[in-house]
Amino acid sequence: MNKKPEVVERDEMVIRFSGDSGDGMQLTGTLFSNTAALFGNYMSTFPDYPSEIRAPSGTVGGVSGFQVHVGHSEIKTPGDLADVLVSMNPAALKANLKWVKQGGVIILDIDNFDEKGIEKAGFDSNPIGKEFLDAFMVVEAPITNMTKEVLKDTDLDRKSILRTKNMFALGMVYWLFGKSLDYTENFFKEKFRKKPLVVEANKKVLKAGYYYAETVEALCPYNISRAEIEKGKYRNINGNTAVAWGVLAAAEKAGLSVYVGSYPITPATSILEEVALRRDLGAITFQAEDEIAGICTTIGASFAGKLGVTTTSGPGLALKSESIGLAVITELPIVIINVQRGGPSTGLPTKTEQADLWQVLYGRSGECPVVVMAASTPTNCFQYAFEAAKIALEHMTPVILMSDGFLANGTEPWRIPKMADYPDIKPPIVKEGIKDWEPYARDVERLARTWALPGTKGLEHRIGGLEKDFITGNVSHDPENHEKMIKIRDKKVENVVNFIPELEVEGGEDGNLLVVGWGGTYGHLITAVNELREEGRKVSLAHFNYIRPLPKNTGDVFRKFKKIVVCELNMGQFADYLRMKHQEFKYYQYNKIQGLPFTVIELKKNINKILEDK
Amino acid sequence: MSDITHKLTVKDLKSDQEARWCPGCGDHAIMNAIQRALVELDVPKENFAFISGIGCSSRFPYYLDTYGFHGIHGRASAIATGVKIANPELSVWQITGDGDALAIGGNHFIHVIRRNVDINIILFNNQIYGLTKGQYSPTSYKGFVTKTSPYGTVEEPFHPGELVIGAQGKFFARTIDSNVKLSTEIYIQAGKHKGTSVVEVLQNCVIYNDKIYSYLTDKEEKGNRQLILHHNEPMIFGKDNDKGIILKDNKLKVVKIGEDGITEDDLLIHNAEEVNPGIHLMLANMRYPDYPVVLGIIRCVDAETYDYDVNHQMEEIRAKAEIKCVDDLLNSGNTWEL
Repeated sequence: MNKKPEVVERDEMVIRFSGDSGDGMQLTGTLFSNTAALFGNYMSTFPDYPSEIRAPSGTVGGVSGFQVHVGHSEIKTPGDLADVLVSMNPAALKANLKWVKQGGVIILDIDNFDEKGIEKAGFDSNPIGKEFLDAFMVVEAPITNMTKEVLKDTDLDRKSILRTKNMFALGMVYWLFGKSLDYTENFFKEKFRKKPLVVEANKKVLKAGYYYAETVEALCPYNISRAEIEKGKYRNINGNTAVAWGVLAAAEKAGLSVYVGSYPITPATSILEEVALRRDLGAITFQAEDEIAGICTTIGASFAGKLGVTTTSGPGLALKSESIGLAVITELPIVIINVQRGGPSTGLPTKTEQADLWQVLYGRSGECPVVVMAASTPTNCFQYAFEAAKIALEHMTPVILMSDGFLANGTEPWRIPKMADYPDIKPPIVKEGIKDWEPYARDVERLARTWALPGTKGLEHRIGGLEKDFITGNVSHDPENHEKMIKIRDKKVENVVNFIPELEVEGGEDGNLLVVGWGGTYGHLITAVNELREEGRKVSLAHFNYIRPLPKNTGDVFRKFKKIVVCELNMGQFADYLRMKHQEFKYYQYNKIQGLPFTVIELKKNINKILEDK
Repeated sequence: MSDITHKLTVKDLKSDQEARWCPGCGDHAIMNAIQRALVELDVPKENFAFISGIGCSSRFPYYLDTYGFHGIHGRASAIATGVKIANPELSVWQITGDGDALAIGGNHFIHVIRRNVDINIILFNNQIYGLTKGQYSPTSYKGFVTKTSPYGTVEEPFHPGELVIGAQGKFFARTIDSNVKLSTEIYIQAGKHKGTSVVEVLQNCVIYNDKIYSYLTDKEEKGNRQLILHHNEPMIFGKDNDKGIILKDNKLKVVKIGEDGITEDDLLIHNAEEVNPGIHLMLANMRYPDYPVVLGIIRCVDAETYDYDVNHQMEEIRAKAEIKCVDDLLNSGNTWEL
């Protein structure tokens, strides 16, 4: 039959699937990335979708994309530009062309490049054959017609037939990367257990795509060999699932159960959905009537002895501000998870941003300190959710954990940890029979008050939003007591510094430039820094997961570098915070506010510029 | 666990804090009646939790030696919901006012009722904002002159009973602060009822809205202006017990026994347990001077509660669950060995 084409070995490649928001691109991308991970590649994904569930079909506004970066060695970002773009229609091509590498492969469903489709996408005329596509290897595949042809003898209706065309494209990409179809075929069997017809149709179309790619001789196949990955058991996980599981893990280690009181909000909702599945672990979820009820039921549940958690995004956090104040003054251990999105107001609900930092630090009435943390990869959302709950419970304080849309939806392979390796959590719950107990008496080390749960005989007491007496917790309007209470609540939060790890520097301990970041930008920043170091630049990265309090050694780390640049997806909120907390340093900034993650290319370019700046 | 050796007394329930309500405020009498009711409920003291929002009424938990939580404005229903779901063993009481529950907290109020969380809401209705010194409330009558409505309000008031029934409430009662005996009986029944119980207490604000209910408490006339309902008994009232309520032309009508051939047998019999809320709504909406004002338990219907259902659902799922600990969860679904 056909001669075997030569396989090109590559270390890493980026594939981007794009189509209408109803074309199933998120599923297609997920199936591909799971297959790559199962094979033993490193991978990182980035779904990029519009906020409308079904925007007008064929328009640029309705294009949904899913990017996956697959590698032989460790990769930490979903990649800047795609080596392979799959576009199911002209609009998808229009929206994504700028994200394709020069010389990259573009697979088009040629059947949708009719007059109507071209016009809807906003092209003046058919882009195929035009000069601006010369820089790419364009594969014109009749995906829709081939799909129809393959399924012409089935009993499926037209709509169901067309719905499988994404599998034709996926089959082509599997051939391109020499990947097995097994995982995807098993997925069909599981997913459509009760619809054997649909299982067969999808399998047929997937295979047809695979063989089409082999036959058409327009493509040259790639191989990304297995990675040297630490041995062990793995799974794929996204940031929101990792957060949900992290709080469940913390509850188990604390001997408590989880209560999540939340109101659905993009991109935080799936945390609530994940915990809702976990009645089997004793978790209760409560879909509240609004954001305020979400946190207030959480505060009530915490008063009664649950690990109380509320999840939200920027606009929801704004609604919760007054209630966070109540949790601060009543000194109850709740975890508030803020999955940031583009703002202000409704802003860019499905896009990522880091612009809630000031709100999280300062957006409340009165002197109202809380512990602030930020996860930095999809997988370490588990660890930081665990940590956030541990600090809340052991220090009797609200903790805000920051995530963002990029971490929430991005997936990575995760080496499954063992709970035996995690520390116990010891909340200061007091038991019946304790002598001379006072609601607001504190331990010396943490300054945490104790937790007396309703139902405990002899410890009846009242808490509330009015200022508390330093010891008894009774209402006090005494001016000196107020100042004392303000200071002790602040000191309690600052004291957490003694219980968190020091700031680590990646790269050399000193050098010409320290790149500073926090939260979800870690993957891009470390990739840029590593590449710059390979190019001989003396740059390092200090990435923050603890924001309030800042790690003890922050100043010592900063002092060893000639320049510092703070890179963040906002106007410079963390940079300004550092200017306040560590005034002795000069901070350069690199900021981006487009609802998109950084690219490694732009980071390197701008870091180089700052290095050269006299 | 309950300590049977010592029966709870009113004295046990007094906290070390002195009540700071104005002398003559109806809240003192409400406290008195609630304390009398609590000792009759066979609940150990440590299992009571009193949750409040903001306003004069919401200071209540501070003066009672139980577990207490003075929350923020309007949110007591939400806090109480969290407490009850977290520990269904507790007897949870929400103390609130017409501003706290029906203005800023209106959303939480209707939703806690809809969900039928087993808490007891005591709604102090004085038709005024007292703690902020005299502005109209959502229950103030149209035309009411206050500091923020110097020319009279131009909005219709909420009637709590109507809202409760509209939100699918299963228990609604009305009492008046000064009638400690009736109030105590009602609080006991509210405490025993499984599901959200709402008790509207007509409460006098001696400073900003004094005598707003004096037409009801007037010694001479109160018999003619109050109808105290009793389950399974005819709706009879009047100074001389000579008046009653009948249903005519789909409306409630006041009649005089002995006139037009009316006898006691013609009067409506109160059925608080009727699931259909039609008559209950009409009773709750009877207003002076056309009608007597109804006091007592208007509606008391059994139904499943949220807190029971959610915890029961969890037990059922746990009994047959494959995932029993976090390690099981982490290793569930799609995994692979390298």
